Amino acid sequence: MADVMNPKIPFGDVVENAFDWLTTHATWLFDFIKTVVTGFYDGLYQVLSTPPYWVIILVFAAIALLAGGLRRGWPIALFAVIGFYLIRGFDQWLNAMSTVALVLVSVVIALVLAIPIGILAAKSRTVSAIVRPVLDLMQTLPGLVYLVPVIIIFGIGPTPGVVATLVFCMPPGIRLTELAIRQVDREVVEAGQAFGSSPGRILRGIQIPLAMPTIMAGVNQVIMLALSMVVIAGFAGAGGLGGQVNQALQTLDLGLGAEAGLAVVIIAVYLDRISSLAGKRRDPAGR
Amino acid sequence: MSTPPSLSKPAPNQPPDQAATPAASPAVRVQDVYKVFGRREGELVRRLKAGEDSEQLKGLGTAAVIDATFDVGAGEIFVVMGLSGSGKSTLIRTINGLWKPSAGKVFVGDADITSVSDSRLRSIRRDRISMVFQHFALLPHRTVRENAAYALKERGVGKAERLDRADHWLDVVGLKGWGDRYPNQLSGGMQQRVGLARALAAETDILLMDEAFSALDPLIRREMQDQLIELQSTLGKTIVFITHDLNEAMYVGDRVAVMRSGRIVQIGTAEQILTDPANDYVARFTAEVDRAKVLTAASVMEQPGAVVPLTSGPRGAVNEMRQHQTSGVLVVDRDRRLLGYVTDSDVVAAVKQGSTDLESLIRRDGLVTVQESTPVADMFAPAAESPVPLAVIGDNGRLRGVVPRVGLLASMAPPAGEPNPIGRPTPIEPSGAEPSEPATENQAGPAERAAAAESASISDPLTKPSRTGAEGEVS
Repeated sequence: MADVMNPKIPFGDVVENAFDWLTTHATWLFDFIKTVVTGFYDGLYQVLSTPPYWVIILVFAAIALLAGGLRRGWPIALFAVIGFYLIRGFDQWLNAMSTVALVLVSVVIALVLAIPIGILAAKSRTVSAIVRPVLDLMQTLPGLVYLVPVIIIFGIGPTPGVVATLVFCMPPGIRLTELAIRQVDREVVEAGQAFGSSPGRILRGIQIPLAMPTIMAGVNQVIMLALSMVVIAGFAGAGGLGGQVNQALQTLDLGLGAEAGLAVVIIAVYLDRISSLAGKRRDPAGR
Repeated sequence: MSTPPSLSKPAPNQPPDQAATPAASPAVRVQDVYKVFGRREGELVRRLKAGEDSEQLKGLGTAAVIDATFDVGAGEIFVVMGLSGSGKSTLIRTINGLWKPSAGKVFVGDADITSVSDSRLRSIRRDRISMVFQHFALLPHRTVRENAAYALKERGVGKAERLDRADHWLDVVGLKGWGDRYPNQLSGGMQQRVGLARALAAETDILLMDEAFSALDPLIRREMQDQLIELQSTLGKTIVFITHDLNEAMYVGDRVAVMRSGRIVQIGTAEQILTDPANDYVARFTAEVDRAKVLTAASVMEQPGAVVPLTSGPRGAVNEMRQHQTSGVLVVDRDRRLLGYVTDSDVVAAVKQGSTDLESLIRRDGLVTVQESTPVADMFAPAAESPVPLAVIGDNGRLRGVVPRVGLLASMAPPAGEPNPIGRPTPIEPSGAEPSEPATENQAGPAERAAAAESASISDPLTKPSRTGAEGEVS
């Protein structure tokens, strides 16, 4: 039993027991998460899939123009029109809208959690010291390791996909928010203090606005990671383009795989450009 | 002898009481302040207080400020001067509580900054102290006007009023019409004007300036210094000014504290530091100072050697010239008010004619008088044109001393250790000086004389054959 040279540590048993305990005692929590995520996802999917496809394409183009202005937004608007028209041409429209909805739900939840945690970590060394190893774990643990238990807890549907995506895409959001707040010119923060501003007002009026470009870089990373994970989550029955890729793999349907894969790339490029445009626009004086 | 009791007190500087300790109720009082960084602050401070050297305590942490004590009087510009790493920026940040001292107390008015609550500290910062930063510290996402209004906004002033007042202060610092721009559209000098406007708009009585002009080009820096001094004369704020530039320190400061490795090594007026540096370190600094801008007539003037009262007549004037081996003497009335000067040829002619009237011989042409507060820099041009030494006149028109040209030149040399016969102006001796004593300028070593003549192409006027007239010696 106490053979130090020949250790047997029952870590797996511990995890399994804890997992069993959770599934029997914390069902209310999982039900709550499931309700919120499913409701959020269903609503968004309805909004994206109900109107004629060209309306949605025009909305995507309009978002690009809004985010970047006419001068810098038009190439992305044009890309959106051509790209999403292609997706429609591949007959992947509904799958693509499902994926976009999953990504948006994941990103919104991830940011709602990540940005406050990042700010706390920037303000407190203790929080930072606790958060850092957790983030390391989240980023390096193989996705499938937590995908399986998540499916067991939530069953088939969008929820396990969103939860698995959250685990994967939140870390850069937290890390870059922490970095962004820490990076704000100390003198400017001191100026706020020197004129008698409270810490809350300094955060809202000085630190967050000045940290915005870096925070937006984090948002961009969150979006891109969410997209890549959502495809993997397709394996877990989340549907969408991930489901198509999965099906193509199982049936060795090269054509379907190429179409679904290209659709993912188009969505990725579009979301990436939009989020970086939004980040740059924070630069004052229009430079 | 011509030395009256009124000249017996040397007056090279401001009165000592003003220099040594400030007014009764200081605006800012820093008392035995230590600021150290490290894990074992308490132990480090204790050992520093016990007199251990901060260099040997490096293992315990870094001592940024060691035993700083000074008062800043209301309406004073107090400059803290030191190289980077000397602790001056840390010191200024203890005054408004951005850093909490490891030991010691800081009073702003009656409030002890080191022990007040956070909310009280914020209200003191809002209402009593404002600050200007080295790299401007403006908000890039706000317009210039909004930046200038920042302090007012934090104080809860309504939008229309605070923007109005921001505009007013932007006008004052010369940025009229720039309110709608963003800081990154302005040059460095203009950005710092915004920083200054922001601090002035807070309308606090204390202003902290942390290397406020150090990041600016030299020309703009000088412009800003002039503007600061001008503003100070109308607003009368208490200013604590940090700089690494002794020239700047001496130009703007009423008093200067020189810091080195966390310690204040000397506090005094610019002239005190220049003429009487506390140690070699300060002296090395002062070597690079443009002395002409700091030294005033009062600190370079000498006892007037060749002076006769009006009543002594032409014969007395001749005697005086003989004694001093000069060709001209200044003439004063009974109250030592300067009347003018007489030349040897005139008085000798008068003596030959048996005249006893000196008054008719008095000339004023080419005679230049200066105040005690006149900077040396402003005395070169008149000195070059004047046939007689510059006369330094007190408030009541009395003759306080003279500045011969060679004395002017000698004052530009730092008080170095090497032997230098005229390295420093001869201080005015308390009472009856010996006949030859005041004529120091005539005894200057040949080297100095040559240097003097070369550098300014002038020679000592009183040793020349008598030649008077405004054209005297413009070369």
